[in-house]
Amino acid sequence: MPRLRRAVTLIATDDMSVRYGDAPVLEHVSLAIAPGEIVTVVGPNGSGKSTLIRALLGVLRPTAGTIRRKPGLRIGYVPQRLAVDATLPLSVGRFLSLPERQSRTATARVLERVGVPGLQDRPMAALSGGQFQRVLLARALLAAPDILILDEPTQGLDQPGMAEFYRLIEELRHEIGCAVLMVSHDLHVVMSASDRVICLNGHICCEGTPRLVRDAPEYRALFGYGTGGALALYPHEHDHSHAHGDDHVHDHGTAH
Amino acid sequence: MPDEFLVRALLAGCGVALAAGPLGAFVVWRRMAYFGDATAHAAILGVALALALDVSVIWGTLAAALAMALAVVELEARGHAMDATLGVLAHAALAVGLVVFSVSGGARIDLGTFLFGDILAVGWGDLAVIWGGAGLVAALLVWRWQALLTATLSEELARSAGIDPRRERLVLTLALALVVAVALKVVGALLIGAMLIIPAAAARSLARSPEAMAALAVCLGGAAAAGGLALSWFGDTPAGPSIVSAAAALYLLSLAVPRR
Repeated sequence: MPRLRRAVTLIATDDMSVRYGDAPVLEHVSLAIAPGEIVTVVGPNGSGKSTLIRALLGVLRPTAGTIRRKPGLRIGYVPQRLAVDATLPLSVGRFLSLPERQSRTATARVLERVGVPGLQDRPMAALSGGQFQRVLLARALLAAPDILILDEPTQGLDQPGMAEFYRLIEELRHEIGCAVLMVSHDLHVVMSASDRVICLNGHICCEGTPRLVRDAPEYRALFGYGTGGALALYPHEHDHSHAHGDDHVHDHGTAH
Repeated sequence: MPDEFLVRALLAGCGVALAAGPLGAFVVWRRMAYFGDATAHAAILGVALALALDVSVIWGTLAAALAMALAVVELEARGHAMDATLGVLAHAALAVGLVVFSVSGGARIDLGTFLFGDILAVGWGDLAVIWGGAGLVAALLVWRWQALLTATLSEELARSAGIDPRRERLVLTLALALVVAVALKVVGALLIGAMLIIPAAAARSLARSPEAMAALAVCLGGAAAAGGLALSWFGDTPAGPSIVSAAAALYLLSLAVPRR
């Protein structure tokens, strides 16, 4: 298991809290991402995952605590979705040239790398869900990121699709050496290459390493075939209860 | 050979189109149509106050438009439900402007000039102001183009690339106030919003890129100015509304083109 290199931190929050008006969304969140590591944040809906990302990107200011970014940090952000207004004519190639203009060679290369070659002239509105996701990833890669931040990137993908996407992220991490911060609402099935999994529910509930999905039939029955070891389980026990955690029920039966 | 005032009028219309084209594209993409109207209506209040305070009309217009635009941005940032608030602001600015106008300038100056424009009375000095302002707006938008487009797509995408979306919104706000100030004389406060939205909306179905849409909006705005002036000349119709009518006709024609 790769050890964290805490000495150099790309981005870190220190005792960060975010409130919307009177409602606390995140409380006392401290986390740090080191170069090259893959961190998966899991949490149920409404657990503050999107708020965490918005705070890390700088869209939201924390109500308390601090966020530190390495000076000159380059972020490649892959949003969960992107609404392109129907009045905006935008081809894939033009989209990839935002915010920095890119040569046609560069956009062709990155589209090929993420597995959707030749889409430059296609309007964004004409892409399928899976293609759209990969184009978003391609745009993030063009920033030569120190860290890729992905918000629910596999939503809407089936298990093989999810496994394939995770394998791509893992390969890219090796190729460009970037860190990866991924957010998922799936509490139990995570990317097996994750160095750390953080379970979030308004605060950090627990943190740990994922456990590989084994070849036993019961796991096959659960996760299907052909995922090639890209998916893993994250079994976790909490030593505290949640007053409002009804939607965060962990079924540990399958993981043990 | 047409008269010199017609040439000046056409040049004035093209000047407004130059700025209104790209800005109108952003207004359409960001669904800010209401915003343009509120800012334009504030111009009437600006004119009235300028007359009351005996300062130049263009500066009064610019100040009022800028104040309205900034107020709207601020309210929006605080999460007000904009629909009703904008309705209140836009109509209040127009109504209060008309009241102040009747006190300060009603006896001396024709209100219709400011409500519907007076493009046929544009002088060479006005033309210099229009092209100066329009050139400034066009340059501002070209300079910030990539950042504006990114911020229009998504606040998060912009932030992740180190672009401050609030700053880009301010650029648009400033550009809008400038366009209102220079277009007041050409199409009047009531129809400035139309010159922003209609050419850009008409350009949509013909364009395959954001840049092409903005450029086409400029061309269609210029064509509308020419067509409207011709209509006004031959049909003896008011020039400002004729220009907007021509733009609306171009929009209807554009609907026949399948969207690309």
